[in-house]
Amino acid sequence: MTGARRDCLLNVLLIGLLFFLLHVAEQQLDAYSIRILSLVAVNAILAVSLNLIYGFTGMFSLGHAGFMAIGAYVCALLILSPAQKESMWILEEIQPWLAHLSAPQLFAGLFSDPDMARQLGFLCAVSLGGLAAALCGIVIALPVLRLGGDYLGIATLGFAEIIRVLIVNAASLTNGSLGIKGIPQYATLWWNYGWLLFTLYVIVTLLRSSTGAAFKAVRDDEIAARVMGVNTFYHRVLSFTIGAFFAGVGGALTAALISTIDPKMFNFMLTFNVLMIVVAGGLGSITGSVIGSVVITVMLELLRPVDSFAPGTRMVLFSLLLLGIILFRRKGLMGTREFSWHILFRPRRQQ
Amino acid sequence: MSAASERVHMRESLHAAPSLRLELDAATMRFGGITAVSALDMAIPRGLIAGLIGPNGAGKTTVFNMITGFYTPSSGAIRFNGRAITGLAPHRICKYGIARTFQNIRLFSGLSALQNVMIGSYLRRKSSWWMAPLQLPLVRREAKASFEQAMHLLERLDLADVADQPATALPYGAQRRLEIARALATQPQLLLLDEPAAGMNPQESAELMDLIRGIREDFDLTILLIEHDMKVVMGVCAHIWVLEYGMCIAEGSPDAIRGNPAVIKAYLGEEYDANAQD
Amino acid sequence: MSLEMFTQHLFNALALGALYGLIAIGYTMVYGILRLINFAHGDIFMVGAYLVFFTTVAFMPAWAAALLVALALLVFYAVFFGTRRPPLWFWPPLFFFCLTAFYYGFFAPRDFTPPWTVAVAFSIMVTSAIGIAVDRVAYRPLRDAPRISALISAIGVSFLLENLGVVIFTGLPRPVLQPEALVTPLVFSMSALTGNPESLVRVAPIALIVPLVSAFLVAGLLYIIHRTKPGLAMRSISTDIETTRLMGVSVNKVIALTFGLGSALAACAGIMWALRYPQVHPYMGMLPGFKAFIAAVFGGIGSIRGAMVGGLLLGFIEIMLVAFFPSLSGYRDAFAFVLLIVILLWRPSGLMGRAMEEKI
Repeated sequence: MTGARRDCLLNVLLIGLLFFLLHVAEQQLDAYSIRILSLVAVNAILAVSLNLIYGFTGMFSLGHAGFMAIGAYVCALLILSPAQKESMWILEEIQPWLAHLSAPQLFAGLFSDPDMARQLGFLCAVSLGGLAAALCGIVIALPVLRLGGDYLGIATLGFAEIIRVLIVNAASLTNGSLGIKGIPQYATLWWNYGWLLFTLYVIVTLLRSSTGAAFKAVRDDEIAARVMGVNTFYHRVLSFTIGAFFAGVGGALTAALISTIDPKMFNFMLTFNVLMIVVAGGLGSITGSVIGSVVITVMLELLRPVDSFAPGTRMVLFSLLLLGIILFRRKGLMGTREFSWHILFRPRRQQ
Repeated sequence: MSAASERVHMRESLHAAPSLRLELDAATMRFGGITAVSALDMAIPRGLIAGLIGPNGAGKTTVFNMITGFYTPSSGAIRFNGRAITGLAPHRICKYGIARTFQNIRLFSGLSALQNVMIGSYLRRKSSWWMAPLQLPLVRREAKASFEQAMHLLERLDLADVADQPATALPYGAQRRLEIARALATQPQLLLLDEPAAGMNPQESAELMDLIRGIREDFDLTILLIEHDMKVVMGVCAHIWVLEYGMCIAEGSPDAIRGNPAVIKAYLGEEYDANAQD
Repeated sequence: MSLEMFTQHLFNALALGALYGLIAIGYTMVYGILRLINFAHGDIFMVGAYLVFFTTVAFMPAWAAALLVALALLVFYAVFFGTRRPPLWFWPPLFFFCLTAFYYGFFAPRDFTPPWTVAVAFSIMVTSAIGIAVDRVAYRPLRDAPRISALISAIGVSFLLENLGVVIFTGLPRPVLQPEALVTPLVFSMSALTGNPESLVRVAPIALIVPLVSAFLVAGLLYIIHRTKPGLAMRSISTDIETTRLMGVSVNKVIALTFGLGSALAACAGIMWALRYPQVHPYMGMLPGFKAFIAAVFGGIGSIRGAMVGGLLLGFIEIMLVAFFPSLSGYRDAFAFVLLIVILLWRPSGLMGRAMEEKI
């Protein structure tokens, strides 16, 4: 058991190092770089959650943008101040019960420290955003997860579109197509990386447990899994719902990071970006998803100047990149391999 | 009239015998206009090794699919240990104690041999998914027990040294044995083997016969197998059902089957014509 | 609702449905053969619309057009004839093509726009070549890969085409000049039915032309599929690709032909779409593409007649629901997706499809 203890120690050290680096980054870097670092974390959360659904449970879902939208809207509505809401809803009057709902203010009654109340309110808002997305995930999963393969992809894509149409039309809740502006930017580096660590912890422990093995069994051969006593439908719904929860969390953090959301933002493009990260990193590899989100996010930012040549060039390059990966290196960067301390300390193979 | 009353009588007598593992009672499976299995009656007592044979397309695998819950019989009933399991979901049936292997091997390609077998103990778990992130002791205990059971089974089936290899990288014979090990991991009372000797050479099938007999003893199993290799069927089975076009044309001990004219006709055709099947 | 209004909606629905049907056929043919949702099909449709727009309304340089045609011919040649010597009939058209390209490149007046028919033929030809090229480059290497890999590849191609559209044509919607004759409404009197001499129905000729042309195209396609040898090969591939290959059919060529035909139909749909709803933009193919796929599923994927029926029904549902319940107009784009989910749950094989089950 010394190996387990060593790994635990090393993990703690790694997290300590991460926090130290975050601290340095916060002190030294400009706002733009910090924003990119935050985006890396948010994208990693999204990619890991999609990888759970697709890479580990084998359900080709294209509904991520929909879950993100739900998370983003729930979170935004909870952290906006009543004054902001009053001035922003132009198309339709805001629902009265919603107008005065504000998580930070709710907590302000309990805690004297305003910053504490704000942070707790934000934590609450993001969690509720994730839960709302998870709830929606269950509702979606019950009908469509009986489908398999590519049909499932189209059906989930359809659901994301339906969610978008609903958001546009429910103007008294969501301010319709105008979107929400001026969302308080609570999503600091600490929050984003904190949520990323939480996501990684939950998903990695889950995948290492017997439930994770059951997910993979469902992915590899559904019929054999059923014969082995695995309730495949339950496991697909479970995996889908957990994925939806973290997608909602990712959406909520996005909202509090970029401070402006509107229904147009949550289109298929967003799902495409997450899918690209997952495919590039390797389906069925959490490590791959994290590395992929670093690489893709940074590349997306570095290639921004290319768009000045002609708008759209950047996305042309990225489509080509996706095609290149799927055609020539289908396993992505990592395949299904994972990082573990074991690899570093393993004695060299004698071959 | 008399046949019906006979069947009722038989059913009652079956109920009277608690040692019966599996009963099929006029189980019928229709797909559209085709009747794949028609009014099949089977009764398998505890501890028996039974065979289900018949030409290709006779409906043997359909019988397995009905027993394991992939198909709901169009009519008729299936009972396991006297309890009706007709139309239950496959994972429920597995939990009651029926496990099977597949004609075309279906291992989990992304998992190692060991993990494949460990899946088998999953259905007997008491922990729930949310306990894993909380690292509750129950989860750890169960993981350890599952690992030990799987290693034990792999050793029993001579697979211990390939435990960490990807399941689909194993040689063919080992994959077949791994499927059996995986099925045993669900702690079944009834094991259904779908052509376990397919693609094996005579020596391998002889080993397989020993294995089948051995696991029956070790795990207190009842076994029903589909097989084309008559040497295996006649060698291990105590009772054989013969299907043709979905109908049971004969049943009985291997000797009785061997001499049954209807069976010979089903396998070889009316006359010994040139394109008869073996 | 008055009978006149209803009749007008009926014609609108018929035209929209026929367009959905034409696009749906491309999806259904590819899915029937390869079990692949050709995600890029909607964007092929967009390309078809753009090519006509750019040769007639906005002037496309003649050299660019000539280059595109040359590339298209090259694709056809490479895919259908391979590296063998081209057959004799190949040379005269090539010669005439070079002559025409030479003329347009050097002697034709700079602001010359080709006549309508030429533009349409050009668009259909280049679009089907693009469809074939997409298959060759992005799908064919993945024939033996898991099915979802090809789907991801298709998504990649879809984004590539859309963003190439943005780069080349900019993301702004462009108006399409509609020929007068196609939009001047025809006025029918319905007094015989209603008894009111005032009751008139106005229908734009294009709304009548679209269903007629579609019917004609579908008839042609059905002829190809059911009466010709390549059609026989297509049907046989959709049943069993491996056995067909063993029978000596060059499967890849037949698949290329399928993509070519599907893309040509998409181009026709794109052209008519641009004339009916006079605007083109790079993302115009996305939503009609999804909806057409849903129409294909509705009709029963793999069935050509089913695709057309599904398209027409979807057109009717969209137009009539909004016509009868104007309050639902905001949800118009969601109908199709709701329909999809209902269909997949209630009858996954669609109205006219065959059920497929995995063998255990």
